[in-house]
Amino acid sequence: MLNQHEIMQTIQMIDQQHLDVRTITMGISLLSCAHSDVKTACDKIYDKITRYAENLVSTGDAIAKEFGVPIVNKRISVTPIALVAAAAETEDYVPFAKALDRAAKTCGVDFIGGFSALVQKGMTDADRRLIASIPEALATTDIVCSSVNVGSTKAGIDMDAVALMGRTIKELAGHTAEQGGFGCAKLVVFCNAVEDNPFMAGAFHGVGEPERVINVGVSGPGVVHYALQSVKGEPFDVVAETIKKTAFRITRVGQLVAQEASRRLDTPFGIVDLSLAPTPAVGDSVARILEEMGLEVCGTHGTTAALALLNDAVKKGGVMASSSVGGLSGAFIPVSEDEGMIAAASSGALTLDKLEAMTCVCSVGLDMIVVPGDTSAETISAIIADEAAIGMVNSKTTAVRVIPAPGKKVGDTVEFGGLLGSGPVQAVHPFSSKDFVARGGRIPAPMQSLKN
Amino acid sequence: MKAIVTVIGKDRVGITADVCSLLAKYNINILDITMTVLQQEFFTMVMLVDTEACEKSLADMTGILEQAGQDLALSIRIQREDIFNAMHRI
Repeated sequence: MLNQHEIMQTIQMIDQQHLDVRTITMGISLLSCAHSDVKTACDKIYDKITRYAENLVSTGDAIAKEFGVPIVNKRISVTPIALVAAAAETEDYVPFAKALDRAAKTCGVDFIGGFSALVQKGMTDADRRLIASIPEALATTDIVCSSVNVGSTKAGIDMDAVALMGRTIKELAGHTAEQGGFGCAKLVVFCNAVEDNPFMAGAFHGVGEPERVINVGVSGPGVVHYALQSVKGEPFDVVAETIKKTAFRITRVGQLVAQEASRRLDTPFGIVDLSLAPTPAVGDSVARILEEMGLEVCGTHGTTAALALLNDAVKKGGVMASSSVGGLSGAFIPVSEDEGMIAAASSGALTLDKLEAMTCVCSVGLDMIVVPGDTSAETISAIIADEAAIGMVNSKTTAVRVIPAPGKKVGDTVEFGGLLGSGPVQAVHPFSSKDFVARGGRIPAPMQSLKN
Repeated sequence: MKAIVTVIGKDRVGITADVCSLLAKYNINILDITMTVLQQEFFTMVMLVDTEACEKSLADMTGILEQAGQDLALSIRIQREDIFNAMHRI
């Protein structure tokens, strides 16, 4: 039998160290919903989502109760809408976003992702229409998330799309100015986007995926932080081993929940995403893990190395704990969603440049960063281009989710509430990238794309 | 189904008796018990139980035990054994 110590250790992780399963995300293919008539297509989308995900929330809640571990979010990801809407005879894709919003609310989920376009090698007419619809779509819906993939290691970077996304983000911020540009928190610009990501705002159901699928995202920065407190001053080998063991345990919970959800919902199990996802709650921070390794404040010299070790050890520990690993899998560093990152950014220790360096060694990119409202569209595009280049060259996913908060300047703080937290406005470089972005065209794929 | 019941609280006379009669009321059979009192104050008890004959679902039982625990000034929870096996056994 299990011994008392092991059982109490698990209870302590759940009670005091914020161990939870961050999300159960059901991926649903909407390819069968394409139709030339917009209303028919939207009705088909609504019907299909509500039919497939009818029991997602109640099942998730029941599993959480039985295992005694919180499942924080239940979400839905769908086929990129640019593909589904391409057949519809319309310029305006906002009705599709509204159909997603209605369906998600009927199902009771927290977010629905997939108002998306994949344009890494160029845009179709449908992609252009989708991107043009993003500002209004995200401003007039509540829980729809959007993503656009502008680059990949295989295809290079579509700089026309990068330029367009800079303008789109600015426009979206303007549409949601009263909420501090909140709409931008629901829009991610990717390079090397993955098709089975369960995390928002970047989740969509890729075309290589089955009809429907269950993907699970784990969490647990608090558990890792707590474990590291017991190895103070020990060498990094010990730190890495400790993180691996902890990540193994966290991921096993995710795997268990994923299998149970898959069985009960009669939906194939896809992947477990081995990500350390923080929340704004005290004791659930990735930044505090890095500081536990010996840094005075997250963002100082040594932060990138600490994050590299953490990211690698989480994967090594997690990969044996799950039968199928995928998604983004690594450590997340969303500034406004991490109590330690918020503190570090507010104190000036964590700058945009350091965050960019950190994204070279972890699983996402510049995430949930508030920048001044007067940041130009070209500067945002240039930030996207830099991140996409890091992703393209390193064959990894990178993303940009920045919020140019209207009327806000460096030193202000913007409140988003809930899991999205609050972010201090961070400085961008004042020098122009206008002529660089204006060139357009494509940055060619790097040599490492030629693997065949 | 096998489940683990954990009881945490301030030590006093009769905790084990209270919890055992509570479980008996719902036809939950106790297979194994370990308990300790730390620093003569903090009571912790871990039980392996069988819920086969219990008419309530495990999800319902979590709510019932949580409520009963509040009345007894204890934290009582019931969880499927699988989660502990997953975390601590390869």
